[in-house]
Amino acid sequence: MPYGYFPGCSLRGTGRAYEESLLPVFRHLGLELTELTDWNCCGATAYMSVDETQACVLAARNLALAEREGHGEVVAPCSACYLVLNKARHYLEEYPAMAERVQGALGRGGMGVRGRVAVRHPLDVLANDVGWEAIRAKVTHPLRGLRVAPYYGCQIVRPYATFDDPHDPVSMDRLFEALGATVVRWPLKTKCCGGSLTGTIPEAGVRLVYHLCREALKRGAQVIATVCPLCQFNLDAYHDDIARRWEDVRIPTVYFTQLMGLAFGLAESELGLHRGFVRMRWRRGEGEIASKSKITSKSKITSKGGSERGEGT
Amino acid sequence: MEPGREEIRIGFYVCHCGHNIAAMVDCEAVARYVGKLPGVVASRDYRYMCSDPGQDLIRRDVGEHGLNRIVVAACSPLLHEQTFRTATERAGLNPFFCHLVNIREHNSWVALRKQDATRKAKALAQAAIHRVRFHRALEVKRVPIRPEVLVVGGGIAGIHVALTLANAGKKVFLVEREATLGGHMAKFDKTFPTLDCSACILTPKMSAVRAHPNITLWSLSEVERVEGFVGNYKVRVRRRPRYILEEACVGCLECVDACVYRTPKFEDAFNEGLGKRKPIYIPFPQATPKVVLIDPATCLNLRTGKCKKTCVEACGDRQAIDFTQTDTYEDIEVGNIVVATGFRTFDARRQPQYGYGTHPNVYTALEIERLVNASGPTGGEIVGRDGKKPRAVGIIHCVGSRDRKTHVWCSRVCCMYSMKLAHLVREHAGAEVYNFYIDIRTPGKGYEEFYNKLLDDGVHFIRGRVGEVTDWAIAPEEEGRLVIRVEDTLAGCTRRIPVDMVVLATGLEPQADAQAVRRLFNMSCGGDGWFLERHPKLAPVNTFADGVFLAGCCQGPKDIPDSVAQAGAAAAEVLSLIDRGYVEQEPNTAYVRDEDCSGCKSCVPLCPYQAIGFDTGRNRAVIQEALCKGCGTCVAACPSGSIVQRLFEDDEVFAEIEGVLAYDA
Repeated sequence: MPYGYFPGCSLRGTGRAYEESLLPVFRHLGLELTELTDWNCCGATAYMSVDETQACVLAARNLALAEREGHGEVVAPCSACYLVLNKARHYLEEYPAMAERVQGALGRGGMGVRGRVAVRHPLDVLANDVGWEAIRAKVTHPLRGLRVAPYYGCQIVRPYATFDDPHDPVSMDRLFEALGATVVRWPLKTKCCGGSLTGTIPEAGVRLVYHLCREALKRGAQVIATVCPLCQFNLDAYHDDIARRWEDVRIPTVYFTQLMGLAFGLAESELGLHRGFVRMRWRRGEGEIASKSKITSKSKITSKGGSERGEGT
Repeated sequence: MEPGREEIRIGFYVCHCGHNIAAMVDCEAVARYVGKLPGVVASRDYRYMCSDPGQDLIRRDVGEHGLNRIVVAACSPLLHEQTFRTATERAGLNPFFCHLVNIREHNSWVALRKQDATRKAKALAQAAIHRVRFHRALEVKRVPIRPEVLVVGGGIAGIHVALTLANAGKKVFLVEREATLGGHMAKFDKTFPTLDCSACILTPKMSAVRAHPNITLWSLSEVERVEGFVGNYKVRVRRRPRYILEEACVGCLECVDACVYRTPKFEDAFNEGLGKRKPIYIPFPQATPKVVLIDPATCLNLRTGKCKKTCVEACGDRQAIDFTQTDTYEDIEVGNIVVATGFRTFDARRQPQYGYGTHPNVYTALEIERLVNASGPTGGEIVGRDGKKPRAVGIIHCVGSRDRKTHVWCSRVCCMYSMKLAHLVREHAGAEVYNFYIDIRTPGKGYEEFYNKLLDDGVHFIRGRVGEVTDWAIAPEEEGRLVIRVEDTLAGCTRRIPVDMVVLATGLEPQADAQAVRRLFNMSCGGDGWFLERHPKLAPVNTFADGVFLAGCCQGPKDIPDSVAQAGAAAAEVLSLIDRGYVEQEPNTAYVRDEDCSGCKSCVPLCPYQAIGFDTGRNRAVIQEALCKGCGTCVAACPSGSIVQRLFEDDEVFAEIEGVLAYDA
């Protein structure tokens, strides 16, 4: 039974590497994804905060499409899509007034939604439909020696913790263990990446990115793995800016699916690995990774970075 | 007295209940209406029927008008049914010829318009007038009460119940699951707010239990089965093997010294896993009974049979060690049971953001109690798991409490014990102490004074639920320490407070097996899982099972003074039952009409009180009246209509329905 597939705009734009690695990896595991015909904007974060009803209608239209095409489940790889589709489902179920407005809007286009389609994240599918053992069995090139910091971001477990713990998600940790990598325990795995603040108020947004990368390096990570196109972009794209403001904390940030592809022995060139600003270069069997910067114990934070520091007595 | 044999003469009384009823119901109109119904001889309205003059009204009318049925329209039967039955009895009638109509809770308090409420009152009154003519005289039976009492749980509550009863000359069986008496209180270092030594005030009571001629103490034991009813419970207690003959052991501990394990190796539950013990051990120095025990899971001899048995050798002629022991059972008969099974603390791992189990220097409050205790694993010295003395300690309140994601209730003791620990930590380690609270609750005697003292002492209080405990350092002073991230809701900012040790003030929750215990003793649990008292204000230690009482935290979180007070109350309730010598049983029980019973057994599993048995010889259900609570479940379920309930017989119920339907206005 194929899953419905909702790529969302990111996977065709800044997050192309995600789709480029996701599709072959899923194929490799025998999972079928059927892209929804005529899908539209998911209505994510920005829209949601401007007009909830319209955002909800946009999301619900995609759910309606999935229903029309007979899908019981739709896979939404982008965290923002995943969240907003889930949120729309939740609104349809919990708020009759909202449901009525949404149905009315869809009705004018000759559509309707019953809200029975389950919205799944690829990580959820891997954890619960495939299982770590089956994934372990597919590993031909274990990522032995690779120290990965799994970065979940905020959206896939909050507020709807449908498949993992909202405070301490572990599904990606289990995945990388299955791939043979060393998982770096770090406390920032669900901390904010800055979201769109990196573009609007860079002083605030980029500082968050800096903290994330710095902490990952400090804990000995060679690569950060993420599930979200926006997180990947933020963590990858601002290193020059960060180096100018604070210190150089360059570390590659890749999608979890790219690491899976490597472990499954898929061709590196087909996994979108060339697209990162900070390149991850993994020499198979040698445990070498290219990463330009190293954090030193002298690293310190300038006063600019300390606004979260308390007035602790 | 069969209906029809005599003329039915009904007296009707409608109560104003001050404004409670009269503001919504036209009581005079109701009295006028009912006065015209057939069979009604007297019909009155009165301001307070439950008052002495109100009750006298009934008595006088019975004498003057020769009444033989009474209907009172007033409040809920829960409140005053007994009052009016007694008044009826004093007037010389069978108390069950009186019927109470609820026009307060079911009518005036919930009605919106006066004419509707008045109509409803009239209809309900008419139903009762129809019904009472079919009432039969019922007899209240008395059952004698055995003077022996079973107390389940040997914490401070159970101990206090047992001693109170035993001092009053009653025979008490005290059953404790653990190897020693004492419960949680035995683990505490000091008690709030007086800071007296917990063990010093508890252990004399433990010894008193052990020494009391009226108390039989069974440790390592659990109640396995309870049968019977108030006054006559038959109980089976399972005693787990101690592998030590209690009578022979003198507690010299030579066997412990001699054990083949030279050094203690296994997690010591009494010290919350912070210390180690041997397979043969005594939980703590003042354990009662002061008898060692052998843990079968870790004892080399019990596990493999291959051991030099140096312990047996050390015990010598006393021969107190007995590896052949198995479970034994004690069957006892008791009149009353007091359940004092206590609580367990919230598992801090369920709040992973606080890092318990991940960061070694995050502790639960109970662990700190052991750490500051002179007989604890560090001899009272406060050092982290890294061996360092903390410079700053953060205490996080409400862990697992007042949180919709975990437990919604306030655990009631955490504010005070957090402050107690704050004081002790300051005293022992000289550390800065930060309390992170969402509200401070200090409602006990002298508690607020204690809080003020701590404020004066310079303990920091920061209001806000802590977001997380992390080892993510962004400033030099945070490196290598734990950082508490919190929104300070009084200062209106987020803060990062670096500390060396975090104490989680875990809340209280029902025991893991509370549901099984509830079924065992036929009690109820509230939605939160604590055992349910019969009435929160008027019967706080009673349960819905007669003769089964509650004491201590199994009913809900409590501190030591409250637990002891409640234990005293439970003991008093038990004594009042025992000293009266008998219990009266509600006569509105169900009975089986043998000729109609088809023996289908539908009723047997439905009975919530296990009052229905089955006579296989006659193929008939049998209801044990002493157990029946008159709930009516079996009556409704019986497919052949052969089960009947007194006071709710068909003619009575149908007449009542007719009465409601006959009202037309």
